[in-house]
Amino acid sequence: MSADVQLNDVWIRFGDFVAARDVNIHIQEGEFFSFLGPSGCGKTTLLRAVSGFLDPSEGQVLIGGKDMAGIGPNKRPTALIFQNLALFPLMTVWENIAFSLEVKGIGKEERRKKANELLELIALPDQGEKMVNELSGGQKQRVAIARALAAEPDVLLLDEPLSALDLKLRQHMRTELRAIQQRVGITFIYITHDQGEALTMSDHVAVMSQGVIQQVADGSTIYDHPETAFVASFVGENNMFSGKITEVSEEYAVVETPSGMLRARRTKGKGGSLHRGDEAFVFIRPESLKFVNGSAFDNRVNANIKQQEFEGSFWQVFFDVEGNNRTVKLSMVNDGSTLPHEVGDRVELGFSADVAIATPAGELAAE
Amino acid sequence: MTSDHIRKSFSILFVLIFFAYLFGPLIIMSLTAFNSSSFPRVTPWECFSVEWFEFLTKDQKLIEGLQNSVFIGLGVVCLAVPMGLAGALMLTQVRERVRPWYYTITISPILVPGVVLGISTLLFWDRVGTMFGASRESVFYNGFFLTIIGQATFISAYTMLVFISRLQRFDRVQEEAALDLGATHVQTFRKILLPFLKPAIASAAVLAFLASFENYNTTVFTIVSESTLTTFLAAKVRHGINPSISALAVVIVVLTLLGAALHEAFKRRELAAEKESARVAKGEQKSRGAQSRFLFDPTVIMILLIFTAGLGTAYFAGTIGLDECKTEVLAEKRRIVQERIKKRQQKTMFQDAGRQALTPLTQEEIKKRQAAPGTSNFQGLFSPENLEEQVGTSKEETQDAPGRAGTENFQSIFAPRNLEEQVGSEEQKQSE
Ligand SMILES: Nc1ncnc2c1ncn2[C@@H]1O[C@H](COP(=O)(O)OP(=O)(O)O)[C@@H](O)[C@H]1O
Ligand SMILES: [Mg+2]
Repeated sequence: MSADVQLNDVWIRFGDFVAARDVNIHIQEGEFFSFLGPSGCGKTTLLRAVSGFLDPSEGQVLIGGKDMAGIGPNKRPTALIFQNLALFPLMTVWENIAFSLEVKGIGKEERRKKANELLELIALPDQGEKMVNELSGGQKQRVAIARALAAEPDVLLLDEPLSALDLKLRQHMRTELRAIQQRVGITFIYITHDQGEALTMSDHVAVMSQGVIQQVADGSTIYDHPETAFVASFVGENNMFSGKITEVSEEYAVVETPSGMLRARRTKGKGGSLHRGDEAFVFIRPESLKFVNGSAFDNRVNANIKQQEFEGSFWQVFFDVEGNNRTVKLSMVNDGSTLPHEVGDRVELGFSADVAIATPAGELAAE
Repeated sequence: MTSDHIRKSFSILFVLIFFAYLFGPLIIMSLTAFNSSSFPRVTPWECFSVEWFEFLTKDQKLIEGLQNSVFIGLGVVCLAVPMGLAGALMLTQVRERVRPWYYTITISPILVPGVVLGISTLLFWDRVGTMFGASRESVFYNGFFLTIIGQATFISAYTMLVFISRLQRFDRVQEEAALDLGATHVQTFRKILLPFLKPAIASAAVLAFLASFENYNTTVFTIVSESTLTTFLAAKVRHGINPSISALAVVIVVLTLLGAALHEAFKRRELAAEKESARVAKGEQKSRGAQSRFLFDPTVIMILLIFTAGLGTAYFAGTIGLDECKTEVLAEKRRIVQERIKKRQQKTMFQDAGRQALTPLTQEEIKKRQAAPGTSNFQGLFSPENLEEQVGTSKEETQDAPGRAGTENFQSIFAPRNLEEQVGSEEQKQSE
């Protein structure tokens, strides 16, 4: 059975509140797919609709091409790793792992064997007899994964599984999760509010905001070619200039901002509708912003240096820019030379139109 | 400094008074169980004895009542625990807005007076019985059935509260996890929720049993022609009491203390185990012997040892030398009585002398009066307390020392209570 997951025109409502709005997503079999979005944007809700704990108010959930309507969570080929893990505290580690086999009526001998295999897989051999709360956070995490894998799901759903771990463990578990996914070869649907996790692990990322899917793409596309103002500002760091569109062409748009006329590549797809006179934003990444040293730039703005921070391999420089009340940031690689300017200096900053993005203001317009 | 002192001693005093108020009656009553005196009291102390405990074991009606109480208690457990559990589970299912109403309604039997519950149970099942045209021998008129049903109405509300408080600590996500892993709803209940509720089931069962065991208000109506321990005791008290009731109370108190101590030991163990596992999770070494079986726990062994030792000591102290002690007390009483008789003779003679030859009494007549106080002193006879006493004690005396009972008329004199009464009425008579 193939195990691609499709969400077709899915709406999920709680009373008047819309938790998911017209979601259309196609997740291929065997891929590592992430939902990325701030807390409360509806990620868990979507996942629960896939695992069968709630039915969408409208639309369909298809797994392997089969409509899942009316099929309960215990009948779906999915396994969910809960945000708080939900291990069974009254069972030992191996009983936890073998629970899905136990409810199928498989004998103890075989359950034991399978549990040991999985303990091997998650690198916790000989820990099977322990009680769950005798394990550390990272170990619990791995037991939860093993328990879900024991059910031999076609799709593994993970709800912010690393959020409770400390930074170092989190980074270690990222690689481990990715490795496990490649070893077992099943579809992983991963939820996170941490862009680092989403970008490093996933084949595809869906960025979500307030129940709406903003963009679905691979990590580098999301970073380099954000389609909406939300994606541009949520993923990675970005400097933002707001203004009105004065000119639109096939590839570029010109935005009139208090800091000056700014020319930038226009967004494609969902955020593509730019018209003259519309409210718009221009985004430029800190690493794409340069000091103007005689070289030619499509865009220039005047700025005062507010602060300079040394971060080993990088210098971070912060500016007050004329006509923009947000602090603008520039980062440059530390190549051993000293910084050309000092705090308080008045400088000119430039960037090319090709590295800047113009998006409709959209939902961020109010800010 | 001084005011601090005062405050401190004041609070200590308060605590002492509070404890005295709480436990004083229990302690006094427990002591009376070990006094050989035939009325439950501490002074005058006669002999340390455990005969009232023996007496208890020979009271057939009491044993029967006890058996009935246990049977009914078990019946109530079987009924009230599942009912309470169902009620508590239901509470988690009903909608948020209905919940306070549901809660209030389901616990309302606790607020209804037990008497009302008893009467209404009786009336309701009588109606049901009549509707089915059932005979008087049928289940609808059976004291056991009615009592179990009647008690369960409010005891299941108790057990429900136990389950609710446990369920509040249940992480419902666990149920979802089980479902997600392919378990059916029944499997989820059996393998996840039920194991979690196990301690609460045990607590609820104990609570239900105790509540049933000590219940009187409802039972007295629903028990019909049978009897439980409580109804038997209540009936017995009406006919006068002896220290065997104290002895029974001591048994109950000791069993309660023992149970509480074991429960406490058990709880501490659980706590220690929890701490231990938290320690292990932090990567520390597992300390040996932390997981010994409950029965081999040192605390438990200590408690059981102390209990057994206390039991043994009380038994030996209460049986060895008891007969000698009793004979001594008896001799002492005889002496006192003789003295009183003498005194009284003198007084009577004095009075008679005062009255002169109006109605001269012969020496013989005087003796007769003294020998049978009941007949010579009518005041004493009509005091009801005295009456019961006399009946009770005369029975005792014949049982205890049939040899002594040769002089039948003297029996009641030797009952100290009776004696006092007599003296009291004598004095009264004089003051009049
Ligand atoms: N059962 C529910 N009833 C009402 N509102 C809900 C329910 N579940 C979730 N929500 C709301 O839906 C929104 C999205 O929640 P959730 O999917 O948990 O967000 P997250 O992206 O942090 O996982 C939140 O505002 C939450 O309050
Ligand atoms: Mg969530």
